[in-house]
Amino acid sequence: MFFSATHCCFIRKVIWWRAAASIAWSVLLLPPTTAVFVMLSNFSFLHPIQTITDCLALLTSASSVFSFILLGGVVIMVGFLTLEYYTVIPTIACSKIALLGQLLQPRQVVNSFAHCLMGMIVGWCCAVAVGHRYETLGYPGKSSDGHPRMCLNEYHLVFLLAGAFVGFSHSLLGVIHNINYVSFHTVQQYKYLHFKGSLPLVVKCSSIQAFYAVRNFLVVYFFLGYIPKTWICKTLNLHLDSSVHPLDSIAGVVDLSLLYHLWISATFLLFTWYITLLLFRIFVTEVYSFPVQLTFTEDSHQCLPKVLTDNQPMILKFLALQDLALLSKHSPSRRREVFSLSQPGGHPHNWNTVSKECLALLTDLTQRLATYHETVATNGRSKSLSSGSERKTSSETSVTSSSEDLMSPRLAFPMKTPASVFARSIAGGAHSPLTAPFTPDLDSPFASPALRRLTAPMDQCSPWYGSVQSPHIMRRAPKLWSTSTESQVSGSPPPSPALVPSPKQEAAKPSFLAQFLQNRKEQVKSFMAKRVLIMYLLNKLPEASSQALFADSQAHIWALEALSYLVQASFTEDQYGVVQTTLPSILSSMLYLQEAVDRHFKLPHASSKPLRSTNSMEHFTYKTLRFALRATLKTAIYRITTTFGNHLKAVQMSAEHRKRLQQFLEFKE
Amino acid sequence: MCSLALFPPPLPPGQTTLCESNNELLSGANNSEERQDSSPLSLHFPRESLKLHSRTESSSKAAFLDHSETLWMRSAAAWRDGGFTGLLNEVTTSHAEVPKWLSVTSGCILALLRWVSSFHGSLHPHVTLSSEDMISEFSQVLNWPDCVVRAFAWHPHTDKFAVALLDDSIKIYNPKSSISPTLKHRLQRNVAAVQWKPLCASMFAVACQNCLLVWNVDPCSLSTRPSSGCAQVLSHPGHSPVTSIAWSPSGSLLASASPLDTAMMVWDVAAESCVPLQRIGGGGVTFLSWSPDGSHILASTPSALFRVWETRMWTCERWPCIKGRCQSGCWSPDGSRLLFTVQGEMVIYALTFSGSPEVPEESPEQRTEPVFFIPYVEIFKSLALMLLPQQMMTEEITLSTTDLWKICSILLQRPKDLSFLKKYSLLCPFL
Repeated sequence: MFFSATHCCFIRKVIWWRAAASIAWSVLLLPPTTAVFVMLSNFSFLHPIQTITDCLALLTSASSVFSFILLGGVVIMVGFLTLEYYTVIPTIACSKIALLGQLLQPRQVVNSFAHCLMGMIVGWCCAVAVGHRYETLGYPGKSSDGHPRMCLNEYHLVFLLAGAFVGFSHSLLGVIHNINYVSFHTVQQYKYLHFKGSLPLVVKCSSIQAFYAVRNFLVVYFFLGYIPKTWICKTLNLHLDSSVHPLDSIAGVVDLSLLYHLWISATFLLFTWYITLLLFRIFVTEVYSFPVQLTFTEDSHQCLPKVLTDNQPMILKFLALQDLALLSKHSPSRRREVFSLSQPGGHPHNWNTVSKECLALLTDLTQRLATYHETVATNGRSKSLSSGSERKTSSETSVTSSSEDLMSPRLAFPMKTPASVFARSIAGGAHSPLTAPFTPDLDSPFASPALRRLTAPMDQCSPWYGSVQSPHIMRRAPKLWSTSTESQVSGSPPPSPALVPSPKQEAAKPSFLAQFLQNRKEQVKSFMAKRVLIMYLLNKLPEASSQALFADSQAHIWALEALSYLVQASFTEDQYGVVQTTLPSILSSMLYLQEAVDRHFKLPHASSKPLRSTNSMEHFTYKTLRFALRATLKTAIYRITTTFGNHLKAVQMSAEHRKRLQQFLEFKE
Repeated sequence: MCSLALFPPPLPPGQTTLCESNNELLSGANNSEERQDSSPLSLHFPRESLKLHSRTESSSKAAFLDHSETLWMRSAAAWRDGGFTGLLNEVTTSHAEVPKWLSVTSGCILALLRWVSSFHGSLHPHVTLSSEDMISEFSQVLNWPDCVVRAFAWHPHTDKFAVALLDDSIKIYNPKSSISPTLKHRLQRNVAAVQWKPLCASMFAVACQNCLLVWNVDPCSLSTRPSSGCAQVLSHPGHSPVTSIAWSPSGSLLASASPLDTAMMVWDVAAESCVPLQRIGGGGVTFLSWSPDGSHILASTPSALFRVWETRMWTCERWPCIKGRCQSGCWSPDGSRLLFTVQGEMVIYALTFSGSPEVPEESPEQRTEPVFFIPYVEIFKSLALMLLPQQMMTEEITLSTTDLWKICSILLQRPKDLSFLKKYSLLCPFL
């Protein structure tokens, strides 16, 4: 209890204070930003001095103070939402439908709604700041017969709606582009310099995105603008002034001053929010120096080895890994602490914990890659490409796989259906032990749901997916199990009632069940294939699965760097030889990983580079993490081989690894 | 202050240092044929065999018939090719088709822009140079426009090297294999520098006119013409021409510099992302040299100023020179000393950096000291500076008047004794 409390306190100290500092700074930056915005929105070339005095008067008025408070509240709210929603491991949707699912998550809906609301508030503030005709929602006008009445000021309404729209689209695009993903920089800079360096980018991308957002808003307003307009008129008992052009018409929209004000307001909105985001990213990814070893045990939860082994929260683990990588690179005195022995007993606890954690990370990735490769090899294209005849027979005998091939000729890994596994093994016989469907490994995350249903009939009444999975699978399912979306959908639509067979009977006759399932599946499949929209939604995004596989690879990169630098330093600095005991396992796990990574990059789409655009606030690093990992891995092995040279021949390892290592020693990799 | 008496006397005129063997510099007459016959692995790149670009791309326009397009099309093309100024130029020149006020306005803006840029040019004279002139001015090679070998780089760990030739191709030679891959790329033009990535067998970066290329040539591959798909293109708007590149010794980062860009780019090559490190002043960055221990980078500018960046938090120290720009520099293997030369001065300066923060820093005046006075720099122009790792602390420096570029262009010979390479670190071959 006590431990968890202090632990929580520590997290609060590290993360929350950083978030609070970033929010405070973004609030402090608000007045100058607003002043610039007011200047730009009211500027007139003909009366420059008058503009300045007007702006000063406006900025010191009571209404603007109120706007300031509102804007400050909005910025704080945005900061809190960022803190709540940020992630260091991006969630990557493997298909359109998964993306849709992400957008419709309740958490995300709340986020979008909050952004929408805040956008409206900022829109109101902008309308007040720009002043003139935008200032109020109603104005006294005259009806056609001369009676005075309150009329709706459509300009004001447009500002409010535009704010809401920009806020909403910001949050939607944020999900699509993973804007909440916080990436760590390879180039460490001081916060101020980092901020200064990124400022031009923020200005540029907020103005460009504001342009597109305003364009989209105008299109939407052109078609659907009458709905909010009439609603507002009805509820507030306002009237439409027939003497002015309505803004949802061509004549009303072609108003340069209105367009300019809309654009600059949207830019202001996005700019303040992006600044908040940027400051949050800068503050939260700042290097935190964890003590390697403390004299008092009460604070031991703050030690680097302790933090490294904790998985929650993820950001703390990442910070610890970053610190480890940096200390192994730069700091001889802290390295000495890592290599040191514990005082009573003489055990290298620090090194053991650190190396164990890093090796666990590497092994985990190797395993993940191996399993992924296995599934691809069993179900996907690479298998069928390797033997053309087999592919032919399978496509002749099972409509499923052939239709799959036809429909998705360019897909990296055609959607793997459980049925296709069945079909192939029944029709052509299992060609490899991996395809044998009736000895499924239930613990494997890749056992198809159908199989699991087959062998575990008690899961029948549970939903089609999710509950079947063991915790081990649950952890990885959204990333790895590429059949999940497919089976979800093929299980859910109405025309597949036959997919719920009575399990007990069929478990007794597996081949019949397989046949039956296959037939049903074919029917569903052909039905679905006719619906273009569904296919569009279900089609896998190229390289997404590869990206998802390497989504948290920043941790592996640091682990590799830390290990290799520490091993390099141990050549001269390790007095007690603590590293020597683990050197064989470090080398072998690196070489295993190298093998797995090499194999992965031979898959189609794995080595294709994503398109980059520089005009965006999103971090692209998660899309290229696999390349970074590959490069780091090679460099890490070379770092060890160049340091140790021929001494490595004395290290115990398998003949295959020795051969590989020889290649590295000769610089032939 | 060291004495030149420690070093061998300069060669008599007509003699050139050809190679180094067993820690000795061997010299000979400047006669290519002789050496070529005697050496087993001599390379000769006759100028005639290189297919040179006879005309630049823009001049090939003249070969086509003039085709009248609408103003919109021409403006769009001008915008694409020449940017804003191109567009203004187009509008101004086609005054028959555009309304008068528009052509007059664009003419005025154009004149204003030219005036501003001429002002900028008077501040930094190098910005008025064409990009090829700029590369030849700031590249580390003498006579760059006419030299057959434009850049040359040894692999830091193994016996192979890359040579960039006048026809914009790069060849890789490896004494152990007979295959020498030739690399060509659409964007590989006017190569100013080549450098191999440390701790990697296959990658090297090429500084080209408009971008950086990072080639990844599999050392086991048997292909003689690797496809351009092996090259990564790293480009950033405004960052051209690239005249200098430097890999971090740990192999993780790549720094690049352009005389027209005040920012030095630090690339994460695998992610193809870059961090611009902008400092106002100097007008650009011309030469980069990363210290062998990875802790500092020297970045010189076209004006009388250079900076030394420290690579943990990427802050820099400004070092104004008095006479001229810093032309070149190199580091001692432990990164504690920097030797540099200044244009117009026959002196090599040394700068001492205290590696650990515990040691109190000396004041800048104390840290700079001229270590050598070299009267014959002007005669021989090019100079190889080598630091022996074993003797780095005693500040003993071997200076030789090697005209290595001539060796490269005439014959490229492997030193027979390979231990030479292990013993020396050829830090900064060409001053």
